[in-house]
Amino acid sequence: MLGEGIIKGMVETARNFAGSFVDEDRLTTVQYPEERLPQKEAARNFPFLVYDGKDPEAGLRCVACQICEKECPPQCIYITKSKDRKPDHAGKPQFFPAVFDIDVSVCMSCQICVEVCPFDAIKMDTEFELSTDDRFGDLLQHKEDLARPNTYFQKLHPTDAAESDARLAAERAKAEAKQKADAEAKAKAAAVPKPSPAQVSNVVPALAK
Amino acid sequence: MNSEPDTLTLPEPKSFELLPKGIDSNQAGDLLEVSMGPQHPSTHGVFRMDVVLDGERVVKLKPVFGYLHRNHEKIGENTTYLGSMPYTDRLDYFCSLTNNWAYALTVEKLAGLQIPERAEYIRVITAELTRLQNHACLGGFLLQDMGASGTPLMYAFREREKILDLFESLTGARMMCNYMRFGGCRCDLPSGWIEQAKQVVESFPKFLDEFEALLNENEILMTRTQGVGVVSKALAVNASITGPMLRATGVNYDIRKVDHYGIYDRFAFRVPLGAHGDVYDRYMIRVLEMRESVKILQQALRDIPGGPIVDPKAKLRGFRPKPGEAYGRIEAPKGELGFYLISDGSPNPYRYRVRPPSLINLTVLEDMCLGHLVGDVVVILGSVDIVLGEVDR
Repeated sequence: MLGEGIIKGMVETARNFAGSFVDEDRLTTVQYPEERLPQKEAARNFPFLVYDGKDPEAGLRCVACQICEKECPPQCIYITKSKDRKPDHAGKPQFFPAVFDIDVSVCMSCQICVEVCPFDAIKMDTEFELSTDDRFGDLLQHKEDLARPNTYFQKLHPTDAAESDARLAAERAKAEAKQKADAEAKAKAAAVPKPSPAQVSNVVPALAK
Repeated sequence: MNSEPDTLTLPEPKSFELLPKGIDSNQAGDLLEVSMGPQHPSTHGVFRMDVVLDGERVVKLKPVFGYLHRNHEKIGENTTYLGSMPYTDRLDYFCSLTNNWAYALTVEKLAGLQIPERAEYIRVITAELTRLQNHACLGGFLLQDMGASGTPLMYAFREREKILDLFESLTGARMMCNYMRFGGCRCDLPSGWIEQAKQVVESFPKFLDEFEALLNENEILMTRTQGVGVVSKALAVNASITGPMLRATGVNYDIRKVDHYGIYDRFAFRVPLGAHGDVYDRYMIRVLEMRESVKILQQALRDIPGGPIVDPKAKLRGFRPKPGEAYGRIEAPKGELGFYLISDGSPNPYRYRVRPPSLINLTVLEDMCLGHLVGDVVVILGSVDIVLGEVDR
């Protein structure tokens, strides 16, 4: 019968329409921005810099190695290395970024900077409402705008954060063990009795020969 | 391996004649040149057609593209191998994971990397999910072009959303996934992902039944699509058309079957073939392909093994394949997607070339449209399944 197919289709539409009042599966939209879906753990949008402790300046993990600047596909990271050094989380003196800027308008959130960073210093945020009315000022984010505490990272990506924390803790433990070993070696060297002046006087003429 | 035949022929459709056959317009009259696009809503992006009309019928059609040109290939030659990976997402922005796979496959050929078993399974699963969402949306868009404004498209988008949620929990992004790496994948599946994917795949045939009940026997759909935009077998082969458009003409050529890339040999699935090469066949082929993809997904999600997900030899930084060239291709949802790379041993490719399926499928647009009405041009273009990100690159 002509028109049978159309009627069949209409029945399907009617079923969906009526179903949307009772069936969760058929009503899939949420009323953004009042209502929001929970973010996925893997979600990524724009990078941020991680710092340990309370002070964003002192605890910043970035050592300005500039690997992310080189690897960034759209080249949106700008880093200037510092002249002097400051101790990193394991107490080793390291350079730090005097300038670390990321251009929001160029960044394509590909996560390659995060993958190549050997220091767990840059991570992906999940914040997606980045719009601003200042086109030139606010779209270039500086070190101060990008710095976030480690606790923030732990909250966003618990699995990743646990991994990186474990890695960093191992590094710190290694550094501490080395420091201890060094100290012990020094102590040992100090404990060895100093050669007597007589012996020294014997040596010096020998060298003078 | 499987006893059932390798291909699947479309059942002979019902047909209707609602409209009178075209009026013979041999009377002398002026020709009218119309520029359709680039801001026309039916051109799927910024695509323009210069159409010369005799009354309502097309006598000449010239596709004009390049409005979305972003210098993809030149950028590919100026960034590292890894740096091009996120750019491939933006070729065919509906199917970023198949683009990733094609590019990764080519670089793996170039560098001689081995892909672990688990990564191969993950690649098949993500590629078939991509195919499902692409074909579902194509059906919706095609019907939108025919005037079924909204309803089928929204049903398709509802399903697509579930698949995009899976992509987001796996790769972190819904569309620009940037997931595959040379020698494997970026990260392992999060816990519970397989169960979620199984759920989505199990509920997909229900959506297909609904979609088919909604439209397959619709008389308006049949009259608008049957016998419209016919491509003959010979023309399709000569114009190197690939993908569902080629198979709609009845040529049995599916790269998953003929090129044996990845691990597609292990799965039992059939290749749907059309007989007429018209818009209706192209639409039906895609519906049937979705059912076959569901079969592949069920097998892959059942069999996926554990193990590493990336070749230990693969380096993320300082990746320099030895000098040479490679061409890698896969069956993307739109057709054969190929990458051609020449390496000179430096961190950047010396030559980086993309063979996009939708650009090459567009070359027969004029042959398909000649003699048809302006309204049919929109439908024919919709059935080619173009994404301008890939056409213009």
